[in-house]
Amino acid sequence: MMITAMTEDTQPNSRAIGLKMAGVLKESGERTGILDKIDSVRQIEKAKLKINDLSFYYGKFKALHNVTMQIPDKQVTAFIGPSGCGKSTLLRIFNRMYDLYPGQTASGEIMLDEQNILSSSVDVNMLRAKVGMVFQKPTPFPMSIYDNVAFGVRLYESLSRSELDERVEWALQRAALWTEVKDKLNQSGAALSGGQQQRLCIARGIAVKPEVLLLDEPTSALDPISTTKIEELVHELKSDFTIAIVTHNMQQAARVSDFTAFMYLGKLVEYDHTDVIFTNPGRKETEDYITGRFG
Amino acid sequence: MITLENGPAKLAKRAQNSGVLGDKVFRGTAFFFAAMVLAVLFGIMLLLLKEAWPTFAHFGFGFFYHSEWDVVNEKFGALVPIVGTLVTSLVAIVIGVPVSFGIAIFITLMAPNWMKRPVGIAIELLAAVPSIIYGMWGLFYFAPWFANTMQPLMTDTLGNVPLIGPFFQGPPIGVSIFTAGVVLAIMIIPFIASVMRDMFEVVPTELKESAYAMGSTTWEVVWKVILPYTKAGVIGGIMLGLGRALGETMAVAFVVGNSLELNTGLFYPGATIASTMANEFNEASGLHMSSLIALALILFIITFIVLSIAKWFLLRLEKVQEGSKT
Repeated sequence: MMITAMTEDTQPNSRAIGLKMAGVLKESGERTGILDKIDSVRQIEKAKLKINDLSFYYGKFKALHNVTMQIPDKQVTAFIGPSGCGKSTLLRIFNRMYDLYPGQTASGEIMLDEQNILSSSVDVNMLRAKVGMVFQKPTPFPMSIYDNVAFGVRLYESLSRSELDERVEWALQRAALWTEVKDKLNQSGAALSGGQQQRLCIARGIAVKPEVLLLDEPTSALDPISTTKIEELVHELKSDFTIAIVTHNMQQAARVSDFTAFMYLGKLVEYDHTDVIFTNPGRKETEDYITGRFG
Repeated sequence: MITLENGPAKLAKRAQNSGVLGDKVFRGTAFFFAAMVLAVLFGIMLLLLKEAWPTFAHFGFGFFYHSEWDVVNEKFGALVPIVGTLVTSLVAIVIGVPVSFGIAIFITLMAPNWMKRPVGIAIELLAAVPSIIYGMWGLFYFAPWFANTMQPLMTDTLGNVPLIGPFFQGPPIGVSIFTAGVVLAIMIIPFIASVMRDMFEVVPTELKESAYAMGSTTWEVVWKVILPYTKAGVIGGIMLGLGRALGETMAVAFVVGNSLELNTGLFYPGATIASTMANEFNEASGLHMSSLIALALILFIITFIVLSIAKWFLLRLEKVQEGSKT
């Protein structure tokens, strides 16, 4: 695995990046080497995903139009926009979810590190081990909490029982669920509350130590308290993972993300630092959307 | 001309309009129909008990485990048809369940869209084919072909395996317990497959996608997520097929060979409860008739037990799931 050296204390200043202002960002950008230029995030020096001229088709319908952008490593990138703008579609390309459905095709390229993940030679199962995903509704598998978290690990690694125990505990702790479930690991995952289930799904996703974590409206089915917990979790997790989150909730995007992409009608309208998008957007459509004039 | 009435007058009218009375009549009728179900069930059981009583009085408990079935000397034991019924059904389940599973998985997960509906409809049509057609096909085409090709092959291979070898012996005449099991398997596959398909189709898309998103192969998704998620329904479908296999009469009577002798080999002719009854009712009277009705009672009880086990199993699954919720 590429990221075996993940520990909780890497990038202790990640929180500061999350709570940034322009000046802070400039410093942190220079310090972490993430940003090339402060006013042009389209050139991100340390990009995890480089999307180049990406288009997507549901049959003959073109759902994404020539999207080009770069998603920075170990940062949170939020995708906002009205329903049907293509933000979930875009997210589902990153782990080739669309492969399940005949008739859905993508053109262009997405480079994950040095590999074009849209290439037909890519082993989709291995790609999905590197790019984890959490869905809108919590989807615990019909098995115990422990087995849920160990599910992906067992697919890719053969660990001893104690190593697996350790990994499960690590993932659950990382997902801020450990204290709540440590005494009932053998109970069904379906027995947990909605918010706990969603954190279980996040634990399941990070247990395989992916490089990228995709969150597709992870809090839209949850109550406010659970939502807050997930948002805090996202902050915590970005020290280890590159996170892309799709959200309907603009406040959420503002709270959790470092970069925000505004999409409309299948096009990437604007992509910039989150505070720039929300305080000083460059495009009229973005401003109209974030001020609630449509969408 | 429309007249507007005030509230109480309207209500009075409403009462007169027999709406309330109609409701009572309807409730009573529905209750009567529902009660009929229980009455019929107990009626059948009582009648079977009454008619079978002479047999149980005469042979006692030995009726269940004696293998003799001698019409001339009026000595009757139910062991051969009981074993025949259970073994043919077991063969049918062993062959039918994996095939049904494959069909259901293919339709729900792998088939291209243009193929899903035709295959689904074909399965439903197969379920509607009358059993005598399966019986005739089994007797005239399948049994001779099986006796000439598959049976020697199986006897030469599986027949030499220790422990299970003796089960794969028998004369090459085609009609046998095993042939009946195969024909039964073909008959119950549509039932099991369509129940399984319905079950697999209600698995939430997001759950399947989550499993794929973990990097699972289709096989892993099916085996580790879809099957555990639907196990209650899948077991229900298998039990439905088993119930049908246990009671199937005509097709089995055609291909089972109708021999009331006990053999270990699956390729020997045998008999099931239903086939024995169908074959012998015409000439039966007195104790013979009573013994046939006793067989019917046993079949009734076996089916009842199978359904009870299924119910118990489903209830237990629900309890396990609920227990873990608290």
